[in-house]
Amino acid sequence: MGNAPAQKREFVVKSRLLEPDDVRRALVRISHEIVERNKGTDDLVIVGIRTRGAPLADRIAASIADFEGADVPSGALDVTLYRDDVALRGPRNLEATTVPADLDGRNVVLVDDVLYTGRTIRAAFDAVLDLGRPRAIRLAVLVDRGHRELPIRADHVGKNLPTAASEIVKVHLQEIDGEDAVLIGEYRP
Amino acid sequence: MMKHLLSMDQLSSADIVTILDTAESLRSVTDRPIKKLPTLRGRTVCNLFYEASTRTRISFELAAKRLSADVINFSADSKSSVAKGESFKDTAWTLEAMGVDAIIVRHGSSGAPHQLSQWVKASVLNAGDGQHEHPTQALLDLYSMREHFKDLEGLKVAIVGDVLHSRVARSNVKGLVTMGADVILIGPPTLIPPQAATWGARIGYDLDEVLEEIDVCYLLRVQKERQSEQLFPSLREYAALWGLDSRRLARMKPEVLVMHPGPMNRGVEIGADVSESPRSIILDQVANGLAVRMSLLYLMLGGRSEDGEVFE
Amino acid sequence: MSRYLLRGGRVIDPASGVDERRDLLIEEGVVASTGATLDEAGAEVIDVAGAVVAPGLVDLHTHVREPGREDEETIASASAAAAAGGYTAICTMPNTDPIADSAAIVEKVWALGREAGLVEVVAAGALSKGQRGEKMADIGEMVRSVARVRLFTDDGHGVQNSLFARRVMEYLVTFDAIYAEHCEDEALAAGGMMHEGERSMALGMRGIPSEAEELMAARDIALAKLTGCRLHLLHISTAGTAEIVRRARAEGVRVTAEATPHHFSLTDAELESYDPNAKVNPPLRTEEDRAAIVGALADGTIDAIATDHAPHALEEKDVEFQYAPPGMVGLETSLALTLTELVHPGHISLTRAIELLSVGPSRILGLPQGGPLTSGDPAHVVVFDPDGEWTVDPARLRSLCKNTPFVGRKLRGRVLHTFFAGRLTVRDGVVLAGELV
Repeated sequence: MGNAPAQKREFVVKSRLLEPDDVRRALVRISHEIVERNKGTDDLVIVGIRTRGAPLADRIAASIADFEGADVPSGALDVTLYRDDVALRGPRNLEATTVPADLDGRNVVLVDDVLYTGRTIRAAFDAVLDLGRPRAIRLAVLVDRGHRELPIRADHVGKNLPTAASEIVKVHLQEIDGEDAVLIGEYRP
Repeated sequence: MMKHLLSMDQLSSADIVTILDTAESLRSVTDRPIKKLPTLRGRTVCNLFYEASTRTRISFELAAKRLSADVINFSADSKSSVAKGESFKDTAWTLEAMGVDAIIVRHGSSGAPHQLSQWVKASVLNAGDGQHEHPTQALLDLYSMREHFKDLEGLKVAIVGDVLHSRVARSNVKGLVTMGADVILIGPPTLIPPQAATWGARIGYDLDEVLEEIDVCYLLRVQKERQSEQLFPSLREYAALWGLDSRRLARMKPEVLVMHPGPMNRGVEIGADVSESPRSIILDQVANGLAVRMSLLYLMLGGRSEDGEVFE
Repeated sequence: MSRYLLRGGRVIDPASGVDERRDLLIEEGVVASTGATLDEAGAEVIDVAGAVVAPGLVDLHTHVREPGREDEETIASASAAAAAGGYTAICTMPNTDPIADSAAIVEKVWALGREAGLVEVVAAGALSKGQRGEKMADIGEMVRSVARVRLFTDDGHGVQNSLFARRVMEYLVTFDAIYAEHCEDEALAAGGMMHEGERSMALGMRGIPSEAEELMAARDIALAKLTGCRLHLLHISTAGTAEIVRRARAEGVRVTAEATPHHFSLTDAELESYDPNAKVNPPLRTEEDRAAIVGALADGTIDAIATDHAPHALEEKDVEFQYAPPGMVGLETSLALTLTELVHPGHISLTRAIELLSVGPSRILGLPQGGPLTSGDPAHVVVFDPDGEWTVDPARLRSLCKNTPFVGRKLRGRVLHTFFAGRLTVRDGVVLAGELV
């Protein structure tokens, strides 16, 4: 069957927008906002959208545990099977969906690295709703770069970045990429 | 991903691992209240069955429905269709005209899925052809073995019984050999011709000789209708020499797995108590079949159908 | 009748031991004269420089479908295909519907052959009534009929009952007629769709073991020794059968044998695509068998290349492999396959090729087709370009059926002209049917 290697175009960094400390501070602020908005930690579940939303969700949960002294369950959601572009982009390797608790009646905070068209979040709504019936779903993202194609808005944003559609925003995380950073650049064909 | 799945020959060990890993991710969906995924919405899958097979057809049908594909079932008796009804090719073209994206075909004639794949643009999945292959059965069997033994490499698997007429045996030997398992075919020479040695499997005639060394004992169904062909003297003698009873089970490793593709002939190839023992994973095989078939439908239909899409 | 002067060809006439560049004058149905450079003397000159001029080809094994399945092949369409392939005689197998087991049927076949007028149509008769292997067919009546049947066979089936085989052989001695066997032990071959071996195992197809052919060949040779009957083994396909025939001939048994172009060109590897056009009986064998057949063609063990031309309608072949009937057409590809697979690679000489395609089979049938091509002999002549390349295109085959696995195959060796009893039946590769009928 031979999966021909995807053509790797070269990513050229134009600038580094967030450094490790910026990322850390943004996540701490988001964590506080989440607790504030939720009026505490009751019924709170933090669910990261794979791939990079998952470690962010874990970090937010750890941060909340830090300043609130309460354990907030966190998990990861693979939305691949709910995407509306499967037919266009082809199948990808699936990763496990690990949701820590029954979602019925919970306040689910979805976490992703970059909010762009909104289509991933739309897929995540469907995925969450197939798992249970939360009381509310809220959305936290590290970066909002604009260019929405669906009427979706984040509740908690680490950094708003006005970008051109041709630009690529990349989030690097220690757990996956070996460093924390937000980069902006372009693919060189 | 490949366009058609006709034979286990097509799959490398990396391909098999991708299929099984994907199945593993999908397996969890079958345990939750809402078992449906929207992935193949708008796609149409046809079960084209020229041989009666309730279990395989239902498994494929459910797999497609769990992924939100539309499913058409087309059953025909292969003999009557040749005698009078529409030809295989005309049926294929009719389905093509209806715009099906995949045809899952079971046929009594070896190679029929291969021929079908040359006539239609849709993906063709072999759900068992004659005495040739049954690749999805082999994949679900590999999945079931991998659930218990992390690594298939070096695993000692005995396949016992009518290898000659068994498409399950052919596909399993190919898959297991690809994954590096050590396969021993056991049965009388009337059922295991010497050419089978070219598949990379060992051949033995005595089940008792290998009981202590094997990790998996895979029993093939004795096709009672072949009794007239004088392949062995009687079912009683077959059961005595090659049937897995509790006495033989007791001599095997404690972690041995007993497998069977179903439907079983209890008291012939397998003792009733053996099929219900904790070592038997025959029902797991059925459940895993669903996940493996979902995995294949997702990998084969999930992408751009024309250009053999890549993974990211 | 026209006069033709074949100018400048390489005349290969094994019957007279000739292989040299010479002219051939055809007049009044016979070879009027031969010589280094003949005078035109009002004849139409056909320049055949660079081409081979040889005695017309003879096919011992043609299935026409008339009577019974005229949609698949008539005697006229088979005759046209044969002429296009360089043939001047074909021996038609009796498994028509009805079976050619009586004088009435073989006379009808013979008459239709005369009417088509493109080749000599030699009807073979069935050995048994309805080819059921139980009761003798009207052998004597067929021998004495206007069709003058010389070769009897139940082709399509082997004669399973050894006593019946013995009785028929004994009876055939009366007429010095030929008992021709399709060697197949049906119990051993039952349900088989291809050669039994590694490939049939891998493809999940029931096999026909070589022994199904070899056992019957050995039995028939023993019975031929016992009865003194002339025995011809049809389409032999295994190394073992070739060896059995070789030994029998060394012992002086009156046995001849034929092999088909597909058995010396193809192996069971062809079946890997499940192409129903590669399904034949006897089945395509292993490379070892193929090589042994080539060896037996070269060393004289096998007397004739015979096509086993077996037309089947598209709707019969374009089905699941298991349900497809065995057989492939062959009249229009046999010479080219012989040249491409045997002569050009150096396995046999051009002279040996002509022996196998013309002289050998014509001797078996007692026909004048195999030469010699000397003054006064009937002018059954084929002219071919041994190097002419062409690609097998079903649309251009004259046979009504196109079931051949050689479609798309590039072959070297092309028929230019065919003369049947001094008349041009093929000119520049085009069958001149209209002029004759």
